Amino acid sequence: MSRVLMTGNAAIGEAAIRAGCACYFGYPITPQNELTEYMAKNLSRRQGCTFIQAESEIAAINMVYGASVAGVRTMTSSSSPGISLKQEGISYLAACELPAVIVNMSRGGPGLGSIAAAQSDYFQSTRGGGHGDYRTIVLGPSSVQELADYTHLAFELSDKYLIPTIILGDGMLGQMMEPVEFKHEAPKVLPVRSRSLRGAKDRPSKIIKTFTSNPTELEEINWSLFRRYQLIKKEETAYETLLVDDAKLIVVAFGIAARIAKGAIKNARAAGMKVGMMRPITLWPFPSEKLQELAKQTRNFLVFEMNMGQMLEDVQLALGDKAKIDFYGRPGGVISTPSEILRVISRLYYQNGLDNQ
Amino acid sequence: MKKVYSRPKSLKKRAFHYCPGCGHSVIHRLICEVIDELNIQDRVIGIPPPGCSVFAYHYFDVDMAESAHGRGAAVATGLKRACPEAIVFTYQGDGDLAAIGTTETIHAANRGEKITAIFINNAVYGMTGGQMAPTTLNNMTTTTTPFGRDAQLDGYPIKMSEMLALIKGAVYIERTAVNSPAHIQRTKKAILKAFQTQIDGIGYSLVEILSPCPTNWKMTPVESWQWIDNEMAKEFPLGVIKDITGAKNAD
Repeated sequence: MSRVLMTGNAAIGEAAIRAGCACYFGYPITPQNELTEYMAKNLSRRQGCTFIQAESEIAAINMVYGASVAGVRTMTSSSSPGISLKQEGISYLAACELPAVIVNMSRGGPGLGSIAAAQSDYFQSTRGGGHGDYRTIVLGPSSVQELADYTHLAFELSDKYLIPTIILGDGMLGQMMEPVEFKHEAPKVLPVRSRSLRGAKDRPSKIIKTFTSNPTELEEINWSLFRRYQLIKKEETAYETLLVDDAKLIVVAFGIAARIAKGAIKNARAAGMKVGMMRPITLWPFPSEKLQELAKQTRNFLVFEMNMGQMLEDVQLALGDKAKIDFYGRPGGVISTPSEILRVISRLYYQNGLDNQ
Repeated sequence: MKKVYSRPKSLKKRAFHYCPGCGHSVIHRLICEVIDELNIQDRVIGIPPPGCSVFAYHYFDVDMAESAHGRGAAVATGLKRACPEAIVFTYQGDGDLAAIGTTETIHAANRGEKITAIFINNAVYGMTGGQMAPTTLNNMTTTTTPFGRDAQLDGYPIKMSEMLALIKGAVYIERTAVNSPAHIQRTKKAILKAFQTQIDGIGYSLVEILSPCPTNWKMTPVESWQWIDNEMAKEFPLGVIKDITGAKNAD
């Protein structure tokens, strides 16, 4: 298929339909409304599919839970304040080992915040977000093409590991238009998982539950979840590197911040500075091992985020005192420019004497 | 000799854990009798709530998926839309349906979701130890209304069924009780009608059941049966509250 020009939000919608998403439940919130509207237009009348504009984000995520119980591919989307409301449902999905895709086109916070792009939901996304000991797979796209690609990937991973999967975008990615190519055709028959409840026909009745009055049973459930999380860490950790081979300074950034950093790095290279980039694609599981490998040849790291230092903690956990880690961030939905990041890179580069090494 | 009464096929052979005199076990049995009579055991999916009936899946021999507190109507919506051939019912208490889940309930009804709610009204939060429910009667003593429910401070017992009756997508709503053989039979008829409404694809159906909680009411089972008649049914009158199942449309 040839490339088409689309907003990030619409591209997720199209990619979800092509991934066989049968049920979408949403609630209006800026800056992700184009996705809900795309599903209203393009999913609601498809054979075997459902679109509901729910009465709240809480209702929407619980509808997702119900649809996932029935074994179909299902999705909801929202932005930061709405994602907070969905955390209860995400915790239940995680506990019941139910797949679902949750899109967060995040915006500035805390509180109602602003509708501008921000990355301040990193902690919430990568630490589970709701109550209890659980994780979700978190994907951090940085272009409209990746929004489409990772939407498909999110459904695949979610089904494979029976785990809710979050696409952590932001208002800028959702709103901007770029050429995008859809690599998958919508399936003729919508997928239905075998491990689902659709009535006890020709088999014993089944239950999906989280509550147990037996702490040791609950502990065993949590152990089994964490064994799967270990497997996901081993198998699915993903990242992108750029110009790291000879780099004296590596910028670590995800999502739209990585996009901004790329521009800065290009100009830094043109000015003779040996700067590279490491971009986590899976924010959970976090590519700690790759960072440790990079730290064997590069001592200086600059973490750049559109928050006050959240992924920074994962970088610090990965590298400890094996590297010098600096941070630059802006919170609240203010978007740094490539030239601003270039100034930060230049200052660090020369302050640390990297030009003389 | 002819066998006239036996355990419903869809009720598991397992002793109930409920307190003596509790209404849950009677209502579980009634639902199972209806499931058997309609021959839908292989199509039914139940949504039990947190609370005393969180273990409903120990008794119902049908598929069941536990819901978060109050979210039964939303879970049932997603499930029914994803699997329209299923017969989906929620089993919800008064705190679940009339306090924390009011929004989900009203909007599921308003969309005319083809689901059935079995709404257990016992005027208290049972499993948590007898706190005030939205349906607690005025002047009634609970652990969180130790001086009696005071309308000026705690508001009034909420009438969900009457509220839902105003909603066009709700097509069948009846309030019954399980405090006498006659009322129990009436309750079964109401449950049957509610499930049939769903099978016929007409719209949202709900049966509110006044159900005894002797433990938290601090009464004997017999006293609690009497209390339903003498006190509770005065605030929550029994009967069909809405039935437009025969009408062509909600208007």
